[in-house]
Amino acid sequence: MKTRCVWLAVVAIFVTLTCGRWLTDAAAADTSSSASVTGMVKFDGIPPKASRIDTSSDPNCKSGAATVMTEDVVAGANGSLENVVVFVADGLEGRTFQPPAQPAVLEQKGCSYRPHVVAIQANQKLNVVNSDATTHNIHPMPANNRESNMIQPPGVPLDLTFAREEIAIPVKCNVHPWMRGYIAVFKHPYFAVTGKDGGFELKDLPPGTYTITAWHGKLGTQSQKVTVSAGQSPKLEFVFKQ
Amino acid sequence: MRRMANKTNLTVAFILLFCGLTSHAQQSHIGHLVGSAKHGKALYQRYCIFCHGSQGDGNGDSAPYLDPKPRDFTKATFKCRSTPSGDLPLDSDLYDTITRGVHASGMPSWRPLLRQDRADLVAYIKTFSPRFQEEPPVAPIQIPSEPPTSPDSVKRGGQLFQSMNCGLCHGKEGRGNGPSAASLTDTRGYPIRPFDLTSGTRLKCGDSDAGIFRDLTTGLDGTPMPSFASALKPDQIWDLVHYVATLRAAAK
Repeated sequence: MKTRCVWLAVVAIFVTLTCGRWLTDAAAADTSSSASVTGMVKFDGIPPKASRIDTSSDPNCKSGAATVMTEDVVAGANGSLENVVVFVADGLEGRTFQPPAQPAVLEQKGCSYRPHVVAIQANQKLNVVNSDATTHNIHPMPANNRESNMIQPPGVPLDLTFAREEIAIPVKCNVHPWMRGYIAVFKHPYFAVTGKDGGFELKDLPPGTYTITAWHGKLGTQSQKVTVSAGQSPKLEFVFKQ
Repeated sequence: MRRMANKTNLTVAFILLFCGLTSHAQQSHIGHLVGSAKHGKALYQRYCIFCHGSQGDGNGDSAPYLDPKPRDFTKATFKCRSTPSGDLPLDSDLYDTITRGVHASGMPSWRPLLRQDRADLVAYIKTFSPRFQEEPPVAPIQIPSEPPTSPDSVKRGGQLFQSMNCGLCHGKEGRGNGPSAASLTDTRGYPIRPFDLTSGTRLKCGDSDAGIFRDLTTGLDGTPMPSFASALKPDQIWDLVHYVATLRAAAK
């Protein structure tokens, strides 16, 4: 009798867990009522001038691309700010997301990182590519993830993954000390990195109230609250100053 | 009656398993030695606390006067390991470091302590980071038997020294004076010098050829020295070891 009770309890727990899982998956898949959050990131003031980096210690760096410039603050003529990560910081509690099967790519070209800031999901593969005619070492320096440091000669493939959310992990090449980049890791897929036009779009957000944060490697972070309801696409603007 | 006995047995087994799991994290295993964190704590407070600090974060009273800085055990990042880059060290790796000391740093050799004491210290050091409880132990890297050195092997090693950009930090002639040398920092941001291979001094993680093979394969975590595991084949790493040996021999 007792054994039967125990079995019933086990079955009940199992059913609850699987159904719960199925329900959350169904909610994640339902995009009919979801909306996008779009917007712009701007830089207020005169952006600091980029300076030329001396790469003469390794002549092979020149073969890759044009002159290497500093990328501390990259702002467009109309005040658009590049390399800002915009993401949902709050409002997705209690939901879990599977990493996408498609890997993200971080390329080393002309002895600089392309892109300067790459954003991925936790446990998503980051395909590190060396397109230069020289050897790099790829050295992410996380606070909340596993630190590794691998040498990468030309053409040798290398994959990295990070298990936990971290915004953002600085990455450098010790061999070419001017090389600096960032890897932003999220536990959900609602993030974007601004390009030349400073624009961003967070797609398919389910209705709800969210905190949207914009992060820049040198200029810090800013947050705004936004409410998303079906069919409406709120527009946001973030303005950074030096 | 029988069922009840079975149940009691099961409960006892679970309790034992649970105790086993929790206490395992408080132990170290080096060969036949089993270290206990409880004993290790008393030893740590007597011998290690002045540099590594009561919290194990490397901020002991003497730390401001030391260069390189004492290890921060809370990060569980260790230079001298026999495991891949980013992975936790084996208990025996920590035991070896305590025994050997770290050359060209404030860390002396603790060989005068009993073997059991050193094993106890390893067990206690592991309690400073939750990683030792969270992450399963990793298999060490394989060190295949060393092919004999030869002029050809040294020549290939020399070419690898150049193509792997070793010289940008260690210098063209291995003197630790490459163009990137001055920019190097450890992960805590403190300046760190690339090793002068011609200095004739002892290497940090042991001096044997197999030790250099291991360092090249695992990398020295927390420092700019990367792992060559995915880039080179074991034969090529031996070539590099043989080349480095010629730089070191020149100094002797």
